[in-house]
Amino acid sequence: MLAKRIIPCLDIKDGQTVKGINFVGIQAVGDPVELGAMYAEQGADELVFLDITATHEGRKTFVELVKRIAREINIPFTVGGGISELKDAEALLSAGADKVSINSSAVRNPQLINDMALNFGTQFVVVAIDAKNYDGHWKVTVNGGRIPTDKELFSWAKEAEDRGAGEILFTSMDHDGTKNGFANAELAHMAEMLKIPIIASGGAGNMEHFVDVFTKGKADAGLAASIFHYKEIAIPDLKQYLNESGITVRL
Amino acid sequence: MNIVIIKYNAGNIESVQNALIRLGVKAEITADPEKIRAADKVIFPGVGEASTTMAYLKKHKLDELIRSLKQPVLGICLGQQLMCSHSEEGDVDCLGIFDEKVKLFKPKPGQEYITKVPHMGWNSIHDVNSAIMSADIEGQYVYFVHSYYVEVGEHTAATCNYINPFSAALHRDNFYATQFHPEKSQKVGERILENFLMI
Repeated sequence: MLAKRIIPCLDIKDGQTVKGINFVGIQAVGDPVELGAMYAEQGADELVFLDITATHEGRKTFVELVKRIAREINIPFTVGGGISELKDAEALLSAGADKVSINSSAVRNPQLINDMALNFGTQFVVVAIDAKNYDGHWKVTVNGGRIPTDKELFSWAKEAEDRGAGEILFTSMDHDGTKNGFANAELAHMAEMLKIPIIASGGAGNMEHFVDVFTKGKADAGLAASIFHYKEIAIPDLKQYLNESGITVRL
Repeated sequence: MNIVIIKYNAGNIESVQNALIRLGVKAEITADPEKIRAADKVIFPGVGEASTTMAYLKKHKLDELIRSLKQPVLGICLGQQLMCSHSEEGDVDCLGIFDEKVKLFKPKPGQEYITKVPHMGWNSIHDVNSAIMSADIEGQYVYFVHSYYVEVGEHTAATCNYINPFSAALHRDNFYATQFHPEKSQKVGERILENFLMI
């Protein structure tokens, strides 16, 4: 059976992991390649590297980093952050990324999804959506959840699928950082609307939350950052727990 | 050992090269027929669309070349599909090394939102039976990304089940193929690549 995926997300600034802490066995604290390799060794199913560098110099560092990741890491990985046109995506794909995620740039220019799908194939294109509940209406936000747009979450997710997205990475800004669990009702609604896989993000605080996101939330994959980086949950323990809870995972 | 990865208009070829480097083996990516013919082992990877890729192979006479190879050949993902007789993707006749056919995954009515297409992620493989699909990888998980599948047939060397059973791997004579990506399948994938290198 197809396994549910556990995906650690690493935020990168100027080639270093932002939330890096001192893991046993890692020499250079903050080196994304070492941290990623360790997560892969522990049983992560995929990795996401999100570049939060704003400068042009930092962007070049990121492409070099992606080349190193591709050489060293033996599981699939997605890269995102700062991709606003086709050539940005192309540089990352030729550096060896398996998938590229786009977020605000797709909201501003939805045609980018079509162009990327046509040029590289739908399986390369992950559309990341940050959304927030405004008085009962789920609106898509940009710039890290700070700016609401006029796009409605579910219709935008459907549009992204129709335009050629291969996966949706949905982050609830209302749940992100709370550690109270994922946005399961919204995730389940989205899963029943779309024919492409959904990666759930935002709100993971304990292992039970991952059971919920795969059962109640019907997600295909669960993504988290800080709970893995701060060693609140170890991936082998999480995989074991999910297995014991009747969820199909790769052990 | 002289290993060649066939270069053509397909994506993500370097990831196979990277995986071999991690195993301590150097492989050359080339479209040169002489180099391909002279290699000890040939890898035919690929991510792309079947009919446009077949047209490219024919135009560059790589179709005849691949069919005529006598050394061990490993097709990966689209490579496996192109080694079959026909693909529904673009309704195209392929290399015909395996007489199995390539079909589009069709979720049962009402199941479209449960069994999503593409089949993406880690799935377990069974009924392993070839020099590269060794008994120790029975039931292990490997990484798939595909919307088309090869039916189960005479040359099936491993099966997987998603919507319906399909060929996760094929084998005939010196030709080997996998639908999944060994280069992205961590230790299990490394084991399969090592098996291929040791044939």
